Amino acid sequence: MTNTIQPAQSPRISLLGTTGLLFEPPGEMDIHTQRRIWWLARQVETWPCIKEAVPGMSNLMLVFSSPPRNLDSVETDLLTTWSGAEELHLEGRVVELPVIYGGEYGPHIADVIAHTGLTIDEIVRIHTEPLYTVFALGSHPGYCYLGGMDPRIATPRRKVPVRGLPGGAVSIGGSQTGVSASAGPSGWNTIGHTAMTFFDPQRTPPSLLAPGDMIRFRTERVIK
Amino acid sequence: MIEILSATPLSSVQDLGRDGYLRYGVGTSGAMDRVALAAGNILLGNADNCAAIEVPFFPYEVRFLEDIAFSLTGADAAAELDGRPIPPWWALQARQGQVLRLNPTERGARCYLALAGGINVPVVLGSRSTQLRGEFGGYRGRHLKQGDVLGAIRSVEGGEGFDRFPAAGFGVEPPEFVLPQGTLESIAQGTRTYVRVLPAAEYDCYEEASLESFWSKDWKITTQSDRYGYRLEGEALIPKRTLEQRSHGIVPGVIQVPPSGQPIIQLRDAQPSGGYPKIGTVIEADLWRLAQAELCTQLRFVKTTYDEAVSALDSVHDYLNKVRRLAELYKLSRR
Repeated sequence: MTNTIQPAQSPRISLLGTTGLLFEPPGEMDIHTQRRIWWLARQVETWPCIKEAVPGMSNLMLVFSSPPRNLDSVETDLLTTWSGAEELHLEGRVVELPVIYGGEYGPHIADVIAHTGLTIDEIVRIHTEPLYTVFALGSHPGYCYLGGMDPRIATPRRKVPVRGLPGGAVSIGGSQTGVSASAGPSGWNTIGHTAMTFFDPQRTPPSLLAPGDMIRFRTERVIK
Repeated sequence: MIEILSATPLSSVQDLGRDGYLRYGVGTSGAMDRVALAAGNILLGNADNCAAIEVPFFPYEVRFLEDIAFSLTGADAAAELDGRPIPPWWALQARQGQVLRLNPTERGARCYLALAGGINVPVVLGSRSTQLRGEFGGYRGRHLKQGDVLGAIRSVEGGEGFDRFPAAGFGVEPPEFVLPQGTLESIAQGTRTYVRVLPAAEYDCYEEASLESFWSKDWKITTQSDRYGYRLEGEALIPKRTLEQRSHGIVPGVIQVPPSGQPIIQLRDAQPSGGYPKIGTVIEADLWRLAQAELCTQLRFVKTTYDEAVSALDSVHDYLNKVRRLAELYKLSRR
C-alpha cells in the first residue's frame, strides 16, 4: 500500500482506514481533470466492492462496501481504468447568486486582504468575475465545490476552524471558493453571504446543484 | 412509546448511518458506537440497523408509556428501572408507567437505549439517523428534548408481543472485555484509550520528531469534542513544509491536522470531505472505543497494518454474531 510519496506523474492512492481509499491523479485542478474524475466515478461505482464513488477537487474517494481482501487488485484496476479515462461532459445550468460582501457577512475578509495585499473592491471584482463550475458536492448537504477561482485571491485555510458559521457563507479556502448551504463549522475564510436554499431532503435529487452546473456571484452590496 | 423526562442535552435518534449520499454532501451520521447500537438491537430481536437513542450526558430519564422490551448498551450508566438496578448491556421488559434512569457513567461515554421494533421515526434519504447539520432525519432533524414522545415500530404496528421477557431480562458481556485491543497493557479504568491507526496520505509529510510523538505521547480529548469530531491536545505536529490540500472525501476516523498542529479526529457528524492534511485514520474496528472515550481523558495511537485492521473488523463481526447466537438461544429456551 502506498504511504510513501510517489513521483508526481503517477496517481497517488492512499488509505482511509479500512473504510475507503483516496485516488489523487497528478496535474492541475482544472475542468479537464475534473471531467475525467466524473467519468472515473461512473465506472468505479459499478464495481461490487465499492459502495460509493465520491468526486472531490480533481480526486476521487472510494468507499468500500466491505474492505477488499485483495487491495492490490483494486488499485491496479483503478490505475488501468484511469489511464483510459475520457472527459465526461456534463452540461449544467447557470445559477446567479447575489452576494453581500464584507462587514458582519464577511468576518474574515480582512484576512484575505492581509494575505493577498488587495483592496476589498479588488477582491470582490476578482471573485465575481468568473463563471464557476460546480466540480463536486461535499462538506455538508448541498455544498458545492467550485472550480475556476482566480489564484490572486487564494488565501490559506484558517489555523483553527471556526464553529457556528451561518448558512449562505461565501468563502475562500486555499485556491478554492464555495457557499455553505447550512450553519456549521468551517476552516475557510468567509468573505460574504448569499440567501439561497441549496438542499431539500424531500427532493430527488436532494441538492439544488449538481456537478457541471455553473454559478455566477453578483455583487449585491459591499460593506467596508 | 416513551417520553423523554430529562432536559439533559444532546441525545439523538441514530441507526447505523446514512449510506450513498456522500456525493450530495450528506455525511453518514449514525451511532458513534455502532457495536453498542447493533448489539442493543440484536438483544431485542431487532435488525442490527434499527434506530435507537444515543445518550451522551447524564442523568437521563425516560418514562415508558406502554409495556415494551428495551435494551441498554454502550456506557455503563448504572441504570435503574423504578429504582431497581439494571446491569449494563442488558435487555428487559418495561411496564407502562415505569421510569428508566441513566446515571452519570462509571465506564464509557455514550449509552444506547433501544426499543423492541426500533424507534419509529421517518426514513429520510435511506436512514433514520439524525442529520444535525442538514436538520433532517431522526426526530424532526434535531436533538431530543424534554417532553418528546417516541414510539417503537412494532408497538405501532401491533406486531408480536414481548411478554416472554422475564422480569430479570438477559444480557451479554460488553465488547471491551472480549475484543482484543491494540495494546497489551491492561484496560486502566477510564484513564487512557488505545486506538489503532493506519497512516494516511500526508503521513510522510511530518517531521520525524512529530511522528515519534504522534505514536508515543498521550493526546488529551478536549472539551471541544463531540459527534462532529474530537479535538485533541498534545505536542503540536509539525509538517516538513506547508501543506494545502485540494478538497477530497474523508470518512469517520480520519485524523486531520490543521495548521495549529493539534489533530482533530473526524467522527460520525463530520463533513464528508475536507482539505486539512491527514496523518492517519483510526480504524473502523476501533471507532466504538473512541466513542466511549470520555472528555479530558487521554488517547494513544497504535500503528497497525491494513491486514490487521481488516482482521480487527472481522473480530467485531464475530463478537456481534456471538451476541446474535446468545439472543437466539435465549429465545429458544423461552419457548
